[in-house]
Amino acid sequence: MSDIANRLEQPKKSSRSYLSIAVWVIVLGLLAVLGWGLINSTAPRPEVGEMAPKFDLAFFDGYEWDGKTAASLEDMNGQIVVMNFWASWCVECRVETDELEAAWLKYRDQGVVFVGVAYADVEPNSIEYMEEFAVTFPHAPDLGTRISNDYEITGVPETFIIDQTGEIAYVQIGPISSSTLDQVISQLLADGG
Amino acid sequence: MPGFLKLKQIRGQHLAAVVLFLLGFLLMAVPALAQDVPVTDDDVNAVAKDLFCPVCESTPLDVCPTQACADWRELIRQQLSEGSTPEEVQAYFARQYGDGVLANPPKRGYTLILWALPVVAVVLGGVFFSRYMRNLRVSAADEVDEELEEGVMETAVPAAVKPIAQDDYKSKLEEELRNR
Repeated sequence: MSDIANRLEQPKKSSRSYLSIAVWVIVLGLLAVLGWGLINSTAPRPEVGEMAPKFDLAFFDGYEWDGKTAASLEDMNGQIVVMNFWASWCVECRVETDELEAAWLKYRDQGVVFVGVAYADVEPNSIEYMEEFAVTFPHAPDLGTRISNDYEITGVPETFIIDQTGEIAYVQIGPISSSTLDQVISQLLADGG
Repeated sequence: MPGFLKLKQIRGQHLAAVVLFLLGFLLMAVPALAQDVPVTDDDVNAVAKDLFCPVCESTPLDVCPTQACADWRELIRQQLSEGSTPEEVQAYFARQYGDGVLANPPKRGYTLILWALPVVAVVLGGVFFSRYMRNLRVSAADEVDEELEEGVMETAVPAAVKPIAQDDYKSKLEEELRNR
């Protein structure tokens, strides 16, 4: 009995096991992709002492850095980078803009780069804002909010000061003052990276 | 004759110039006309409801009171008045501010999985359910077979036991038992 019964049973069993494997592969594959997506979407905020996430900036018309209308963090390697996230609709940003401009004028020839990143802003409003405050340091829109996502900003204004080696040296949530800028930049210049 | 041809040629050139002028006028008029598309608050909100506020978490743009959202709604109004379709406006916002501003994630890349997941879950659920039901039937049939087999062994009169199961498998099983 067992011979025939086994022979009859075998194809059914093997097709069932193939189906079962296929189903589990699909389920595990989906879970893996979902997990990967969740890990990426909840990436930790870059902290002081960590390498700054890379970025590419295409500056607003009329703005440039080192004769270029676009630049990346790699281009600024060896310099202190003060990256300020702001928006024209942000009330608190108005408190710090003049101080950032003053610091830029003070340190621009000492190996310090200031960049403004307009977060979730409407371009004409950004331009109007920059004209209102007569800011001269380069500004760029955060296209696709990629930079603010990489830096995991919690809002605007926020300022990241990156040292000459590309490490985050200081993070300011909220408006930054000229005294803080002086203190951090002077220290980094003295350390020389 | 040559004079007539020349006159005809000049007339042709004039006609071409007039046609070109009219075409140029039309091309200039189209954007101007497009700018006059009247846009109501409802039109703006119809687009805005499918976008999220950049500042407040998961708040639709049409009901958000922040200045950032007011600016974005104004941008929507401007783009609609320039003749953009709601889909084009949404595509612009996704390009400019990232897919995160879209209430409905785009059906591409990683987010495609989010769209496919419910369908896959239903299909897999169906497969598992049908397998579960089949296993229940098979185990019930096995129990019957075992009882039948025991009965056959005890009576040693296989012909007296009428096959309960109707399928091929059982017929062959019974045939084998009979041949023993």
